[in-house]
Amino acid sequence: MKKAILILLCAALPGAGLASGGEHVKLDAVKIDLSDKASLQRGARTFVNYCLSCHSASYMRYNRMGEDLGISDELVKENLMFAADKTGELMKTAMPREDAMKWFGTAPPDLSLVARSRGPNWFYTYMRSFYRDDKSPSGWDNTVFPNVAMPHVLHDVQGLQRAVYRIEKHETESVKDGKKVKKVTEEKVFDHFEIEKPGSMTPQQYDESIRDLTNFMVYVGEPAKLVRYRIGIVVLVFMAIFLVVAYLLKKEYWKDVH
Amino acid sequence: MEKLLAWIDDRFPLTKVWEEHLSKYYAPKNFNFWYYFGSLALLVLVMQIVTGIFLTMHYKPDTALAFASVEYIMRDVSWGWLIRYLHSTGASFFFIVVYLHMFRAMMYGSHRKPRELLWIIGVIIFVALMAESFMGYLLPWGNMSYWGAQVIISLFEAIPVIGPGLSEWIRGDFVVADATLNRFFAFHVIAIPLVLVILVFVHIVALHKVGSNNPDGIEIKKKKDANGIPLDGIPFHPYYTVKDIVAVAVFLMVFAAVVFFAPELGGWFLEPDNFVPANILQTPPEIVPLWYFTPYYSILRANTVNFLYVDAKVWGVIFMALSIMVFFFLPWLDRSPAKSIRYRGWIYKTALAFFVVAFVILGYLGTKSPQAINLMLFPNVYWAQIFTIVYFAFFALMPWYTKIDKTKPVPERVTK
Repeated sequence: MKKAILILLCAALPGAGLASGGEHVKLDAVKIDLSDKASLQRGARTFVNYCLSCHSASYMRYNRMGEDLGISDELVKENLMFAADKTGELMKTAMPREDAMKWFGTAPPDLSLVARSRGPNWFYTYMRSFYRDDKSPSGWDNTVFPNVAMPHVLHDVQGLQRAVYRIEKHETESVKDGKKVKKVTEEKVFDHFEIEKPGSMTPQQYDESIRDLTNFMVYVGEPAKLVRYRIGIVVLVFMAIFLVVAYLLKKEYWKDVH
Repeated sequence: MEKLLAWIDDRFPLTKVWEEHLSKYYAPKNFNFWYYFGSLALLVLVMQIVTGIFLTMHYKPDTALAFASVEYIMRDVSWGWLIRYLHSTGASFFFIVVYLHMFRAMMYGSHRKPRELLWIIGVIIFVALMAESFMGYLLPWGNMSYWGAQVIISLFEAIPVIGPGLSEWIRGDFVVADATLNRFFAFHVIAIPLVLVILVFVHIVALHKVGSNNPDGIEIKKKKDANGIPLDGIPFHPYYTVKDIVAVAVFLMVFAAVVFFAPELGGWFLEPDNFVPANILQTPPEIVPLWYFTPYYSILRANTVNFLYVDAKVWGVIFMALSIMVFFFLPWLDRSPAKSIRYRGWIYKTALAFFVVAFVILGYLGTKSPQAINLMLFPNVYWAQIFTIVYFAFFALMPWYTKIDKTKPVPERVTK
């Protein structure tokens, strides 16, 4: 029976915690590697250049980021700080909330925890799923986040992307007046993206730069992640040694219990 | 040293307490794996209190500051992330350990005479623990915290006449708001922990009065040697203290593995929607309580039929309350001559297995939308109804099936 419980528990695990967002869109998997400092630094640059003008990461401090990513305070000040005076400040956005509300209809959310609430795969796919849509107020839409208020900030880098649809036919049968009636409905289904006008990067380079950005967002979501695994191994090794000692002590005491 | 001890003993029964509860408290020598979870629950309680004290030093119970103060702990407080993960993981492990502790009692009949009161105190601890974790879950002020509290408190509205007033009184506002957060903080950090500590103390006092049960479900006090020491008993200290330390080491390894490598445990221990600040205008796609409440949540949602002029929602609340309260009656529902599952027939074993399956599946369904199909054939809500019936049948039919169940002869002395 113990086994049965275990099997049930294991079966239940992978299904849990699927984050919200575009309900039926397949998310692309992204490889996260927080030990890749260069990738994190590139991601940080993309973030401060493109995201931070509207979005904040207001639980993160510039100097903490510099320290964790191996960037000196001077370099942080010169290259990554546009909206703050001191490196100890939080990464707030320069855009006033009221203006944002006026321009976009909604204030851009804080991004400190986006990789934790939405998941890295969501973020990675979202940033690569903007396409031209003349009907939307911003001129852009997103397959992962339909009717999103945000325009495609990186369009000069990625280029202009167009969504290509295919028509799927569904046949349904119903009985009407004793006769079988076939009804065919057509549905427009998203198939793939096409680059209409290339940007400054090739699609591969763009994916790579979004991977760096996603990597950085995972770091920003939880800076402790950089040290947590290493400390965990030390703790487990210590506990394993402690377990051996504790077990030998127990065995010694229990010798005379029969 | 001895002089000092004598000095203390004249003024405080130190040696007496030590002997009564440790060095001369005789526990059966045949404890198995299932007997670790009592002391482990005590360990987790202490850990929650200690980590909680440090969290309280930096946390701010204010709707405008709470969410940010938790992130401040996670980032700017030295080792804050570790303290917070120990506390959040500790909450889930508290329930794992307590559920296994309760399951042990149901296997070996530890709730049976003369341990009924011990069991009842235990169930009260369990209820207090649920209140403690429910209130603690609001404090991070994430969106799931917020809506979870909103949904659960609104359940009280189902109570006729006084319901709406009562839920408003609990919240201190018309919706979950600053007043709610502040009072939940007060309850979470002082009122309920105090109750818990007192109850745990009383639980241990009651245990040491009646003595521990064992996997054979027999009373070791019935066979004593010339000195009045049970023949099958060994002093708790040093035998079980050293044995429990081994269990503590194993437990902490599993615990540390979660804390350091998967503190969210794929959304089971920390939900993704709780990394979004509470937002009164935006409901999460699916409001799901944490895993340890989902079996009861499933039972709540399984009630979809209005009958006897009573609304389905009210039945849901009644059955959810009943699903927990029914544990109080367990000692009297069980009529088997044998206490331990070892000497019971196939009927009780099957019933207990069904109960565990029902509990786990109800728990799983509680995390899913009632209309979705996650198991097979038909929507989750129907499965939840089936397993709700199994859950209650386990208790309702117990007086009958434990009586007709054929038992094996119970031994005089404990077996290995």
